[in-house]
Amino acid sequence: MAAHSAVFSVSKILTSFRGGHLGNTAKVFGTTVTSQRNKAVLTPPPAKYGGRHTVTLIPGDGIGPELLGHVREVFRFSCVPVDFEVVNVNSALETEVDINNAITAIRRNGVALKGNIETKHTMPPSVKSRNNVLRTSLDLYANVMHCQSLPGVQTRHKNIDIMIIRENTEGEYSSLEHESVSGVVESLKIITRNNSLRIADYAFRLAREKGRRRVTAVHKANIMKLGDGLFLQCCREVASGYPDITFDSMIVDNTTMQLVSKPQQFDVMVMPNLYGNVVSNVCAGLVGGPGLVPGANYGRDYAVFETATRNTGKSIADRNIANPTAMLLASCMMLDHLKLFDYASSIRNAVLTTMNETRLHTADIGGQGTTSEVVQSVMRIIQSKGQLTAEL
Amino acid sequence: ISGIKSHLQIVNLLRKLGLSINGKDKIKAQEVSRVVGALKTETSRPVTSVRGMQTVTLIPGDGIGPEISTAVMKIFEAAKAPIQWEERNVTAIQGPGGKWMIPPDAKESMDKNKIGLKGPLKTPIAAGHPSMNLLLRKTFDLYANVRPCVSIEGYQTPYTDVNLVTIRENTEGEYSGIEHVIVDGVVQSIKLITEQASQRIAEYAFEYARNNKRASVTAVHKANIMRMSDGLFLRKCREAAEKHKDVKFTEMYLDTVCLNMVQDPTQFDVLVMPNLYGDILSDLCAGLIGGLGVTPSGNIGANGVAIFESVHGTAPDIAGKDMANPTALLLSAVMMLRHMGLHDYAKKIETACFDTIREKKVLTKDLGGNSKCSEFTGAICRRVQELE
Repeated sequence: MAAHSAVFSVSKILTSFRGGHLGNTAKVFGTTVTSQRNKAVLTPPPAKYGGRHTVTLIPGDGIGPELLGHVREVFRFSCVPVDFEVVNVNSALETEVDINNAITAIRRNGVALKGNIETKHTMPPSVKSRNNVLRTSLDLYANVMHCQSLPGVQTRHKNIDIMIIRENTEGEYSSLEHESVSGVVESLKIITRNNSLRIADYAFRLAREKGRRRVTAVHKANIMKLGDGLFLQCCREVASGYPDITFDSMIVDNTTMQLVSKPQQFDVMVMPNLYGNVVSNVCAGLVGGPGLVPGANYGRDYAVFETATRNTGKSIADRNIANPTAMLLASCMMLDHLKLFDYASSIRNAVLTTMNETRLHTADIGGQGTTSEVVQSVMRIIQSKGQLTAEL
Repeated sequence: ISGIKSHLQIVNLLRKLGLSINGKDKIKAQEVSRVVGALKTETSRPVTSVRGMQTVTLIPGDGIGPEISTAVMKIFEAAKAPIQWEERNVTAIQGPGGKWMIPPDAKESMDKNKIGLKGPLKTPIAAGHPSMNLLLRKTFDLYANVRPCVSIEGYQTPYTDVNLVTIRENTEGEYSGIEHVIVDGVVQSIKLITEQASQRIAEYAFEYARNNKRASVTAVHKANIMRMSDGLFLRKCREAAEKHKDVKFTEMYLDTVCLNMVQDPTQFDVLVMPNLYGDILSDLCAGLIGGLGVTPSGNIGANGVAIFESVHGTAPDIAGKDMANPTALLLSAVMMLRHMGLHDYAKKIETACFDTIREKKVLTKDLGGNSKCSEFTGAICRRVQELE
């Protein structure tokens, strides 16, 4: 009894440091106790049966299916204890049945790996973007992208290391549009205090966890005084609770200018949805292109992993020239999330070795290799490290 | 009949300025590519010319504005350009009914001359009236903001060979300024896209491309998310493309444009887009060539009004210290000369400016040198006179 209450009081102190070095200790001491205390926050149990995780896989369109096929190949080869539940979403259909099935599957499994689902313009405006529906239904409020210069890739700028945290559910992507008078269309951009506080909190927590020194909020509050003004105010409020992290803000057009001239000045950036789209694509371009950067969408209960720039890549589909790096690194992020750290680092190291040492590059970063050659190289490196693998 | 008459007017104007349509000194395509919507054969523009001199309204602005305006005037004098400057002030005054407006003499001058050159204006924080740029925009209905971004040979950036033009819708879109607090903690901002404004900007973009011999126009949008609003914008662009079959039309998502722009800017030519994307992209492109200190910009309005401006700030910290860089205002003035058809002078002044920068002997602090503004101006004036 005494031991139990001692654990209880220790965990009370420890859980206040949710991130940082003490985070792991809190997980050891605090899990059993806190889950009994916070009954209101019901975390769904992990989809883990017989030691194997189940993850939803949404192939999407364009290069999605082939790249995810390679991910499965690498997982099967490395004997990763993950089973995929494949849910196909047909973007040509106007009904929402497919995407609702996908959402149900993700709710069931908790984690998903997806390719981008195309949004066809020819369909009426009532057909919303499927990717957006997925994000908002599952409340995946934070999109995290880590842009790092890779030594093996030739770019104009060196030493870039930026984390971009983008609000993922509201802002300009609310999909609330109407034609009030014929020829006049209004689109609503919604900014709420709750979501802004949530994303700012996420950004600062992540910055502290990763040992980052500076968080920059990107906004356009000189023009959109109320909307972005609210976002900025929320960021400032949260910043006051993290005195060890410097907080500053920058207007979005100045930000893009600074990014193309001196990207090394940025550390962690937090912003609403649309600016996040622009800034994340600019940063992805700066480190070498859409084929290199993985992205993750985190919600309170669910996590969906994909490439950071969410390209469908229709023009390069099925030609064996797409770059599998982004999707493979995304799958490593997913393994980290599932706490399969050893598998994650083994695959990640193999991918980065192929990129930086072997220098086997696909066409988008100036090389001659094909997708399958890169994947074969990754698998060979995993095998050479002596882990248990299937037949090549 | 009127078409033939205005055509003759233009031919006569060209002859007067020493240029000819046929023959050896035909305007070269390369120079035409830097013109802002010049020489439209349908409309005739009333140009106030007294003894061959054309009057232009000059708005020096605040901060470093007066210094750089003086620099530009000096250089134009050295080049013997037939421009007469009419200086005006645009501090906002409150008209009858409490509505803020620009001083009537400034408005009158602008309406008469149709062409203006503007320095940086200070945006007052708590003066109770909207920003001056906004006021000017509303007064003259400046619907298109044109920013040609061309790499400057003497000023090295990681990006060489940039040669594109961003045309941004300047009146509506995300900057309509309509915001409400719905309930405490929920704010709604309205983005307005109208058929009329989208049509106007799309038409202008294609006219520009045609007049300046640019090969393609790309519409930048996010119609996968903002289905109706950007969908409407895109539809209008497609319609304008149908009417201008000689110019290639493509459409690209905003994120794809950003991604490709930082990897390979040479693939873009003319970009047309709504207000917010235009703001971000035009500043991105300015960053590619070296920043706002070297980027020209022009605003085209209804009724033939055109105001050319430098887009950098007022730089109050270096105001009055003879440290400012007049390049942005000078290049905007060159854009203005081309708009007015004075290609010869434009070429002269532009070459002088670029040669001075390329030589790297006399450069202002922001370009990496140590000289004063007056020295830089002097160097350009000398070169202009050498090029006579």
